[in-house]
Amino acid sequence: MDKDINITVKVWRQKGPKEKGRFETYKLDNVSQGSSFLEMLDILNEKLISEGKVPVAFDHDCREGICGMCSLYINGHPHGPDSAVTTCQLHMRKFKDGETITVEPWRSAGFPVIRDLMVDRYAYDKIIQAGGFVSVNTGGIPDANSTPIPKKNADLAMDAAACIGCGACAAACKNGSAMLFVSAKVSQLALLPQGKVEAARRAKAMIAKMDELGFGNCTNTRACEAECPKEVSISNIARLNREFISAKLQD
Amino acid sequence: MTQINSKIPQGPLADKWTNYKDHQKLVNPANKRRLDIIVVGTGLAGASAAASLAELGFNVLNFCIQDSPRRAHSIAAQGGINAAKNYQNDGDSVYRLFYDTIKGGDYRAREANVYRLAEVSNSIIDQCVAQGVPFAREYGGLLDNRSFGGAQVSRTFYARGQTGQQLLLGAYSALSRQIGLGKVKLYKRYEMVDVVKVDGKARGIIARNLITGKLERFSAHAVVVASGGYVNTFFLSTNAMGSNGSAAWQCYKKGAYFANPCYVQIHPTCIPVHGEFQSKLTLMSESLRNDGRIWVPKKKEDAEAIRAGKLKPTQLKEEDRDYYLERRYPAFGNLVPRDVASRAAKERCDAGFGVNNTGLAVYLDFAEAIGRLGKNVVEARYGNLFQMYEKIVDENPYETPMMIFPALHYAMGGLWVDYELQTSVPGLFAIGEANFSDHGANRLGASALMQGLADGYFVLPYTIQNYLADQIQVPRFSTDLPEFAKAEKDINDRTTRLMNIKGKCSVDSIHKELGHIMWEHVGMARDAEGLKEAIKLLKDLKKEFWTNVRIPGEAVDQNNELEKALRLADFIEIGELMAHDALDRKESCGGHFRTEYQTPEGEALRDDADFSYVSCWEYQGEDKDPVMLKEPLDYEFIVRQQRNYKN
Repeated sequence: MDKDINITVKVWRQKGPKEKGRFETYKLDNVSQGSSFLEMLDILNEKLISEGKVPVAFDHDCREGICGMCSLYINGHPHGPDSAVTTCQLHMRKFKDGETITVEPWRSAGFPVIRDLMVDRYAYDKIIQAGGFVSVNTGGIPDANSTPIPKKNADLAMDAAACIGCGACAAACKNGSAMLFVSAKVSQLALLPQGKVEAARRAKAMIAKMDELGFGNCTNTRACEAECPKEVSISNIARLNREFISAKLQD
Repeated sequence: MTQINSKIPQGPLADKWTNYKDHQKLVNPANKRRLDIIVVGTGLAGASAAASLAELGFNVLNFCIQDSPRRAHSIAAQGGINAAKNYQNDGDSVYRLFYDTIKGGDYRAREANVYRLAEVSNSIIDQCVAQGVPFAREYGGLLDNRSFGGAQVSRTFYARGQTGQQLLLGAYSALSRQIGLGKVKLYKRYEMVDVVKVDGKARGIIARNLITGKLERFSAHAVVVASGGYVNTFFLSTNAMGSNGSAAWQCYKKGAYFANPCYVQIHPTCIPVHGEFQSKLTLMSESLRNDGRIWVPKKKEDAEAIRAGKLKPTQLKEEDRDYYLERRYPAFGNLVPRDVASRAAKERCDAGFGVNNTGLAVYLDFAEAIGRLGKNVVEARYGNLFQMYEKIVDENPYETPMMIFPALHYAMGGLWVDYELQTSVPGLFAIGEANFSDHGANRLGASALMQGLADGYFVLPYTIQNYLADQIQVPRFSTDLPEFAKAEKDINDRTTRLMNIKGKCSVDSIHKELGHIMWEHVGMARDAEGLKEAIKLLKDLKKEFWTNVRIPGEAVDQNNELEKALRLADFIEIGELMAHDALDRKESCGGHFRTEYQTPEGEALRDDADFSYVSCWEYQGEDKDPVMLKEPLDYEFIVRQQRNYKN
């Protein structure tokens, strides 16, 4: 049964990208365990506003685990202690009465801090812009059922496509690698006949962009997979490596 | 009096769109390069339009408030997208999709628009498959379908419970390709705060950079608003926290008509409210009604025992359960349209049969489906939704029925547009949920994705050329024009005024109050007295907001409270217009239910003789009552009937 708990929250405050950051400590009493983690931060912000202080800036939007906007490092884990959830789906029932909760932004060279808990993840969009698409224009497309796709491949493509681009994988990785993110898109499209046509070009272009943007290499620690809120599998990284090597061999 | 011209093409229903395309003006490739188009929003409509227009050769400036175009709220749509493919050989056709949509909208949409929507629906599926959208498939490799409310065929295509996500990522990938090619310039974390008119035509926008807080000016030959709907007026809804009506509202204040604001959809299957700090409501996809059965206890004492925690739903015998949708609507059962299902739930809860400790919930039960299909099949179909439910409620829906309750979900009303999706301001277009055009008084499930993508991929890229063909001689505008300077100054003044109030109430506390007023008086059941009361309360609330709101921080800086305050100022006014529109519409239709107008069985009682029109509201200035113009809805092709889902 959910009850009310008293907690201490240590939150990273940083006014701007170039400013020095620090932890601030806040006490919150009688937080319902039925609240989501972000609702707890709403309560904190309401309290700060009522005290004439500046509220904590954090990214959030859909609050149902699909937009990928929320991005908090909670007690040392991206999206907190629960598995297979985003921060907005994390509930206070995962915390104990009297607990101290540490909240930080994503820590990764690829994601500079904007303010407090907000980071800039545009690098992920740039990687997609480099090749994470099928080059088709609108219109003039053959009937959707003209190319049958084995259900198994469609399902595997969907598993990979479930990625929400939140950045937890790179934030969790000691090398700051974006391989899980890149491999999810490369896999999704490589598994489908529509994406096969430019598979080689795609793998090379996305990897080149990822390297250019300062993301690190993969050393198979599997931290990304463990922290991914959508449970995207690192078997996608193996597929990306195959795609990349076969693309290089074609050069 | 101003006449409304909807520019519906002549000719038989099935030929109108073809005729239009055959005779419209086009812009040649060399001239397309010289024309700029602003697209506000990167949801299904915005992203698909921006990508398609750039592919054609136009220069596109695309704006979104999130940190990436992939995060627009279309991403949260779960269940699916309709199309008239008839892959299931179950009798579907373009006409039937058109008919179901018109009927589902309670005969308050334009025939020609809806027919066009049904007509292009099939191309959307082709397009998405070509982009690599991983729709669900059968073992033979062909596409799978399921059923949604208001239809007797299976025409809904889906990608698990994440169809919106996959379709949006498809459109996002097309958009990303154009950004990479330099044809779309993306402005992320920017919010449109005004539209700028020059010589009566929309020629640009003012946008607030949400990181620096600075206002910036952008000019273009046309402006397309794809900024979504306004149901966050109710504070609690299934919309994202950032979803707002402000872009559309600025268009209204610059002369674009606002159509049918009172038509909002209340979705029957959402997770019930848990407490006062609730920030949003989570939808459980309508697709669950394919296999889930909705019920409440038959006896009041059982409902009371359940509310008190003394009885579990699984302990209740079959004969003690009231499957009220199956009882009232035998032909459609649990798959009646959303407005009907929501009202039926409210009726049972009002009568004292509601469950949960609040009494404001009904059961959605999968026990029968698990018995019939096996847990594995149910898990394959709805696994991610069940997981989402369990994470939020901490109960396992495989073992105990889900609890659900209606919540605000979608705005059918929006900016008035003609057949070309152009508002009453020349050069200003509105697409997707931001416009009012295709769903009448109620939207059917899996039709929002269809409409967003229809507008963005297949309608606007044509119709906007009919306007732009006359603009090819117009050089690019300077943003130094006095019209831009004035718009920017007005916003600066407004922002300064807000920052200087330094009152006692937080933005959210006033927004919650707005939500209470709206839910109480402008919600699922409305009456004249309540609506008048709402108008009075909203006037007071507006005063409270403008004298007592507290916004910390600086105006020219990243400031989330200021962003929310600017949106809330508009939400309060949107709420007022909704109440006015609801008061004016003395009938019940679709999502608009006036308790004074119902059949003896409690069904919505439409009045076609007096209310068969689109109400188009025209702004008259601060603190002046808006004027309502009527666009008559003449049904040429189908005969209106009372909506019947009983037999």
